[in-house]
Amino acid sequence: MLTILFWVFSVLMLASAAAVVLFRNPVNSAMSLVLSFLALAALFVTLDAFFIGVIQVLVYAGAVMVLFLFIIMLLDLKAETRRRLNIAALAGGIAVLGGFVVLITHVVKSLPTSADHFPALARTGYSDAYDIGMTLFSDFNLPFQIIGVLLLVSTIGVVFLSRRSLR
Amino acid sequence: MPTLGDYLLVSGLLFSIGLAGVLLRRNLLIIFMSLELMLNAANLSLVAFARHGVTAFGLPDYNAQVLVFFIITVAAAEVAVGLAIIVALYRLRQSTHVEDLNRMKF
Repeated sequence: MLTILFWVFSVLMLASAAAVVLFRNPVNSAMSLVLSFLALAALFVTLDAFFIGVIQVLVYAGAVMVLFLFIIMLLDLKAETRRRLNIAALAGGIAVLGGFVVLITHVVKSLPTSADHFPALARTGYSDAYDIGMTLFSDFNLPFQIIGVLLLVSTIGVVFLSRRSLR
Repeated sequence: MPTLGDYLLVSGLLFSIGLAGVLLRRNLLIIFMSLELMLNAANLSLVAFARHGVTAFGLPDYNAQVLVFFIITVAAAEVAVGLAIIVALYRLRQSTHVEDLNRMKF
């Protein structure tokens, strides 16, 4: 059952990610990106990472995609007009990509733990949000606060950048 | 049952698709979406390794999941700033096509 779900969601995620790159209209790309993020959240759930799956849906499929669609609406983008293709750049990109895929598959195949099945988990009475919260607020307390400052700085930066006249 | 290698392969393919978008598309917004795909590929392999490296208590390695949490947070901040830059650029040049943005080209 888990195997079937894994392959269904992997194929869905990769197909909609490919659609993001292939569609000419940015709105269609954004919608495929939502589908890709949702399938990825399902893959996180198959890995017993329930909290990360929920965060993925809330932050990526919710907040980030609303931001993307809002900007697409604001810019009033039409489907890209076809331009003359730069054949050399296209061929170079595809060559780099082919080499990269071959490299990745070779590295994954030669990894000693590649064929390992995942070990069974102990049954606990509480959810994994509890454990992640304990780790976050004890071992990673300082990075957590730095992340808070980062979010504040980026908020101020966005407000500054979106002023009518940039000086 | 899917193995660790299956998850890593899917993650690598997702990264390659994102790289293809960055290399082959010339719309700034699509390039930005492809960057998000690449970040998500990194998250998937981190969560797969967290599930693989089970601790002595029989729990997944939560350090990796906390790192994924940080990556998602930083990515959200990055999207907000990046899209604000794209909007400012569009107001200036009326285009999101990378070939129209060649002022700094040598």
